[in-house]
Amino acid sequence: MNTVVLLACTGLGLGALYFLVASGLSLIFGLMDVLNFAHGALLSVGAYAAWWAATDGGLGFWLAVPFGTAVGTAASVLLELALIRPLYARPRDQILATVGVGLALPALIMGIWGADARPFPQPESLSGTVRLLGATVPVNRFVLMAAALIVLVLLRLFLAKTRYGLIVRAGVEDRAMVTALGIDVRKAFTLVFAIGGAAASLGGALAGLYFGSLNPGQGTGLLIFAFVVVVMGGMGSVTGAAVASVGVGLVQQFANYYTAAGLGDLSVVVLLAVLLLVKPRGLTGRLA
Amino acid sequence: MTTLLAVRDLRVVIDGLHILHGVDLDVAATGVTALLGRNGAGKTTTVKAVMGLVPRTGSLVFDGADIGRLPTHLVVRRGIGYAPEDRGIFAGLSVAENLRLAERDSAPAYDLVFELFPELKQRHKQAAGTLSGGQQQMVAIARTLLNGNRLIIADEPTKGLAPKIVTEVADVLARAAETVPVLLVEQNLALVRRVAGHCAVLADGRTAHQGDARELLADEDAARRLLGVGSHRPAPEVTS
Repeated sequence: MNTVVLLACTGLGLGALYFLVASGLSLIFGLMDVLNFAHGALLSVGAYAAWWAATDGGLGFWLAVPFGTAVGTAASVLLELALIRPLYARPRDQILATVGVGLALPALIMGIWGADARPFPQPESLSGTVRLLGATVPVNRFVLMAAALIVLVLLRLFLAKTRYGLIVRAGVEDRAMVTALGIDVRKAFTLVFAIGGAAASLGGALAGLYFGSLNPGQGTGLLIFAFVVVVMGGMGSVTGAAVASVGVGLVQQFANYYTAAGLGDLSVVVLLAVLLLVKPRGLTGRLA
Repeated sequence: MTTLLAVRDLRVVIDGLHILHGVDLDVAATGVTALLGRNGAGKTTTVKAVMGLVPRTGSLVFDGADIGRLPTHLVVRRGIGYAPEDRGIFAGLSVAENLRLAERDSAPAYDLVFELFPELKQRHKQAAGTLSGGQQQMVAIARTLLNGNRLIIADEPTKGLAPKIVTEVADVLARAAETVPVLLVEQNLALVRRVAGHCAVLADGRTAHQGDARELLADEDAARRLLGVGSHRPAPEVTS
């Protein structure tokens, strides 16, 4: 029982991390048809910025996380304005540009701070454990879950209650028609990139907490599973991404523990294949 | 005739295919101007090109200003409301949200919209994708009436609708045209005969004819030559 609870909490923590990356990825693809292969690199930017702020910068953990998130958000907006926007008429070049940034940013980080994993300073208050149903669970798992839950609620409020949220929902359905109502949809593109970058870099800052250390390739490693989550949840669906994140995180943890290490990653791909066979359009019925 | 929108030598090439080879079109500053032609003549592409939804070359002068290089959202903000051929409804959004998205003016004309389409008020919260075709068309037209537009472009608004609904839509268009000029793409010639003043006929991506709509439809030879129909074989009659 202890093991099950611990695995569930660890799986949910991992799922929370996937959601932070996948939610932005899903919105960006849903609205703009842009497959952002640089999204994992944005997570690394957030992670390293938070780590730098917490160590060299001398900021405490609670300031380092918003700092990392802000840097990642800025990087995301810059990416949209400088590379994605000029290439809207050329989707193939757009993909190549994001792949390029996805490779270049981790390489840049490696050039500055080296390829080795760096320990991420854990604040006193979050380094402990709690007893839950007889299991000893690290507190940071719950921090990730709480962060993902807050992001999910905020995203849903944004989509349901604001004019830009309305534009995003409509744009996911039919972007051209949104412009034909007199709306400059490019502003929504930049905003969605900012939101996606913020969520991913927040994930990056918190990933250091979850894994205890950070390395330049971490974001790209997580991106693969985030793509799986996006396809499973349905492109452009934030709630679908949340459900799929939980599923992928749990399956991965349980399979890795009860079968052989590494089979968890494989089982995620199997899960994706089965889901797409049963529901070709993903969980939410949107085109996968 | 005073011209509100003057289209000259409009050309559209998509994926190397020449769709329009030089369309000339004058949209009258009052009443309904009909854009006619057989299937595939280039009617929908012409209005899409005016809206900037497809890459275009040529001259587009709207109320004295060149709009030929403007992106779609700026064309619309010049005061052109557009109801596309497939209605362009956001299926996952409610009726109210579909309308709210179209708001551009500080005081959108909801009074007018709900007077013309009381049904839309009752179905405010319904997902637009669950509406009937006629109701969806009402939403599409309502979105163009919310703002103080200077031109409304309606692309086959009666396509696929039941005869009774066709009459309703025709009534609304006729009423709207009393205050706002309308460019109407239409296959239903009975409706054209009822509402249109000026007309242009396209054939193979070019303008084949411009003139008075009723005169054209009364001329059996010309109608058969340009539209592929004769008055001996009338289109379904619009009852009013």
